[in-house]
Amino acid sequence: MTLSNYIKKLVEEGSRIEKRRFDEFREVKVEKGVIKTAEGSARVRIGNTHVIAGVKISVGQPFPDTPDEGILIVGAELNPIASADFESGPPSEDAIELARVVDRGIRESKAIELEKLCIEAGEKVWMINIDIDILDHDGNLIDAGGLAAIAALLDAKIPKYEDEKIVKGEFIGNLPVVDMPIPVTITKISNKLLLDTNVEEEDAMDARITISSNKDNNLCAMQKGGDGHFTTEELEKAVDLAIEKGKELRALLT
Amino acid sequence: MGKVGKPEKLIENNKRLDGRGLEDMREMSIEVGVIKKALGSGTFRFGETYALSAVYGPKPFHPRFLQDPQKLVLKCKYTMAPFSTTERIRPGYSRRSIEISKVTRLSLNNVVFTEDYPRTGVDVLIEIMQADASTRCAGINAASIALADAGVPMKDLIASCSVGVIDGTIILDVGGIEDNYGEVDLAIATVADQDKFVLLQLDGILTKEQFMEMLELGKKGCAKVYEMQKNALREKYQTGDLDDTE
Repeated sequence: MTLSNYIKKLVEEGSRIEKRRFDEFREVKVEKGVIKTAEGSARVRIGNTHVIAGVKISVGQPFPDTPDEGILIVGAELNPIASADFESGPPSEDAIELARVVDRGIRESKAIELEKLCIEAGEKVWMINIDIDILDHDGNLIDAGGLAAIAALLDAKIPKYEDEKIVKGEFIGNLPVVDMPIPVTITKISNKLLLDTNVEEEDAMDARITISSNKDNNLCAMQKGGDGHFTTEELEKAVDLAIEKGKELRALLT
Repeated sequence: MGKVGKPEKLIENNKRLDGRGLEDMREMSIEVGVIKKALGSGTFRFGETYALSAVYGPKPFHPRFLQDPQKLVLKCKYTMAPFSTTERIRPGYSRRSIEISKVTRLSLNNVVFTEDYPRTGVDVLIEIMQADASTRCAGINAASIALADAGVPMKDLIASCSVGVIDGTIILDVGGIEDNYGEVDLAIATVADQDKFVLLQLDGILTKEQFMEMLELGKKGCAKVYEMQKNALREKYQTGDLDDTE
């Protein structure tokens, strides 16, 4: 029997390798302001999974279709330091997906008031780069990365800008963050829905879906992953799980 | 196509800007076997959105370290032609196209009998020739046709369409201007016309109730796409009497 088959069998019997309930997260720890060189940062640990998100703020040119809005860019690095499965080199497909799913949650919930980040319309706007660095991979990276990203944004300060230059170490205020989108990933194993899967469980999964909800408990982004499928009934359950767990995780941010 | 000025209303008297009703899809069309050098190929059109797909293989999979000793590996590549949108797109891959390629592969994996061809790979290439929203859906529909045309053993076809919310109202098959100015965009794909969702990508704020309603409408859309796909393949391959068996 392979480990994956063992995990599937356990799930069929209503159990998990770490003895958790299907909807139970490992211990989640959020710590803001962990990187002094970043304008905002946060560390998130979910069990052994360890992620740091850093926000760097600079001045750049706006996009032509939004001349009076700041720019949000989310990046993710599956650092080879975190897992033997990660390779050096340009961002992998999985890293790109992680960053884009987190980005969609933040962008679609309008968590950052980008219209307040204009310095000179058409010329200069604040550029908000969020980089998610995975440091130890024991599963559930999208949830950890998404939680770290929003925590880092809540921690971020806008630098002072004078004579066309950023004044290092001086700030004019907090980044205008008005929502807290939380991605929650639901993983399907043996036709059961599990939260916060570890690496071994992820290897055994049929499919997963990440659902981001906002502070009003509405949905704001979604991404299905994995090879398998979800039925309507499973999706309805997944949405309920994501909203409920989203509330709990959001409470850790304030 | 692309951004024009924001219209005052996207829906008037239950009609959308292009005259469609809320649950009407744009005109769809399918061609089978359009690239002679490919093992299989197909096109899919939703109105002005036009996707082309070709399948090459099964062939030894490279790089070798990504070979699966047990399975065939689908390698999907979604790209947009540089001239397919109002503003020229830089040719090649973007982060967006890499993500879409991935979700396309995961969708198609649901129906291909991958265990039949160990250590091999099948290239599934998708090119968006003209974009007016819902391009990933058109791409998946075309790829499904191309795989079937190539004779790759499959359980069934994958059908895909989009559902949106514009002016607070749920609509089927999101067009370009509706994508630019609407509130919500949901791309879905199902195995045939079954209650098996293999693609779900959502952008925009909505309630759970709206989402459930959108899934139901999306299923209807996918069923229509599936019907067209089956008919197109039958037309090409029908040799004699063919029962309408599922």
